[in-house]
Amino acid sequence: MVKWTLISITLAFLGVFLLVPLAAVMTEALRKGLGAYFNGLQDPAAVSAIKLTLLTSLIAVPANLVFGLAASWAIAKFEFLGKSLLITLIDLPFAVSPVISGLIFVELFGLQGLFGHWLSDHNIRIIFAVPGIVLATIFVTFPFVAREMIPLMQEQGSEEEQAALSLGANGFQMFRRVTLPNVKWALLYGVILCNARAMGEFGAVSVVSGHVRGQTNTMPLHIEILYNEYNFVAAFAVASLLAVLALVTLVLKSIVEWRIHREIEASKA
Amino acid sequence: MSIELKNINKQFGAFKALDDVNLTIPNGQLTALLGPSGSGKTTLLRIIAGLETTDGAGQVLFDGEDVVQTSVRHRQVGFVFQHYALFRHMTVFENIAFGLRVRPRKIRPSREAINQRVRDLLKLIQLEGIEKRFPWQLSGGQRQRVALARALAIDPKVLLLDEPFGALDARVRQDLRRWLRRLHDEIHVTSVFVTHDQEEALEVADRIVVMNKGRIEQVGTPDEVFHSPANQFVMEFLGNVNLFHGRLKGGRNDFDSLSFDPADDGASKPARLLVRPHELAIHQQQTNGHSVAARIIRINSAGPVVKIELARNDGQSVFVELPHEMFHAEHFRVGSDVYVAPRHGRVFTEDYSI
Repeated sequence: MVKWTLISITLAFLGVFLLVPLAAVMTEALRKGLGAYFNGLQDPAAVSAIKLTLLTSLIAVPANLVFGLAASWAIAKFEFLGKSLLITLIDLPFAVSPVISGLIFVELFGLQGLFGHWLSDHNIRIIFAVPGIVLATIFVTFPFVAREMIPLMQEQGSEEEQAALSLGANGFQMFRRVTLPNVKWALLYGVILCNARAMGEFGAVSVVSGHVRGQTNTMPLHIEILYNEYNFVAAFAVASLLAVLALVTLVLKSIVEWRIHREIEASKA
Repeated sequence: MSIELKNINKQFGAFKALDDVNLTIPNGQLTALLGPSGSGKTTLLRIIAGLETTDGAGQVLFDGEDVVQTSVRHRQVGFVFQHYALFRHMTVFENIAFGLRVRPRKIRPSREAINQRVRDLLKLIQLEGIEKRFPWQLSGGQRQRVALARALAIDPKVLLLDEPFGALDARVRQDLRRWLRRLHDEIHVTSVFVTHDQEEALEVADRIVVMNKGRIEQVGTPDEVFHSPANQFVMEFLGNVNLFHGRLKGGRNDFDSLSFDPADDGASKPARLLVRPHELAIHQQQTNGHSVAARIIRINSAGPVVKIELARNDGQSVFVELPHEMFHAEHFRVGSDVYVAPRHGRVFTEDYSI
């Protein structure tokens, strides 16, 4: 009895807050038929927003992949002063509101900012341009990969790496043949989450973007503009892409989680 | 290959792990580094391997050649980790082949030669037929043997094993250490293993290095360290002992000159007698010479020898081990008042500090 009550409450909650909105996005997007839906997506401003979003995550995700690997390696395999401070700092973007993350970059690189004069003297634009969007996205998404890797690498320790070295492997062989295969699923998991966030980020990007249509609009920003212009079909058409991305992310995440679980079970046996 | 260690020091923060250690490990022997935890034995092993650096001007010589500046990668040592450290995502075959596969192309054996070498090693560790399994599908003893084969695959100049049987069940331990002894007799590679288990060291090793607090207390064959311990620490660490306080008469430091009479006559000096449980006899009557009154408080005859616990009048415990025949010849009961008399024992004077 209790069991079924709890299950129904959970399902009802999920229905109201997840499934109904998801369905609403799709019905709104398709309200005026498939023609209008694809028109919304083929609009040059929409295409440009999709391209910018892809470009941003194409830069931000690899950057955070490298950073995440380096940070988690350093934290898991070495002892050094200020290690716990570093772990706390990695969590900073989780703790800070994205809007503030964006403002930090305006503060640094904006015309009135710390490096503003130097940048404008050298004709470099960061704020209200693509570099600012990329920087803000990297900042907001940098915990994802590191957070996934640190616990796993700490648990695995560094004995396998030492064994590889004692058997004559060089640093690169050790990394490629031992370290990377041991963490590949956690790494992929972090990358999936990082990518989802990078594509969906609104707050930080909104502050630094300047909302120049066709130039500095990412998909979430483009959706907001369309929505404010009462262009609901186009807004929901683009939104549906993000919704599909979310679903794909969930599926990938479940597959990877299942693999990680299997590996943990295996190493316990 | 012989190993020589000169002036090895190692400090971890405020903790002195190794304090000016000098040691020579002869070629072809199986040497045990024996000591309690924190004695520095594992640190010493890791320094030999190059997994740890020495402080100051310590030297590690392989066949007379200083290898302190040589990285672990180039030292050609086979290191077997306490928890095996098998590559978890590789099969047994790939684990063993690893050291050959990562060689630079010029000196890497052909695919066929690698296959042959792995097959030979699997035969050596008596695990043919499991080469396609992953480490998690193996028992502890099997993992240990695979780790050993992996280390041997690179033809190491020296084989180093860190607590090789530490993580195994008592029964598997027994089998595996006998197997290791036989294996060593077969391949004769200079080997050093770390253990805190004196029984293991006494049974397996050609030579034992007893360590304590970062220093070497004694080096010798199992017979030497067991029967002629250099000091009280070695004696106590290598087995159960009973401690008796007494005084030495005359100038000699031996068992016969020791008296249990505590009276200080000015000419004698205080000393301690250490006696192993099997070196004590129990008598119904007081005997001449050394004997101490005690009451039997516990008898355990389930085992190869009868273990008897007694309490002396001053409350101190005495442990005695008697052969079953000797025990049954007398009529000892719990509560009997008897006399214990050492038949042998080693005398250490008070001025020795441990």
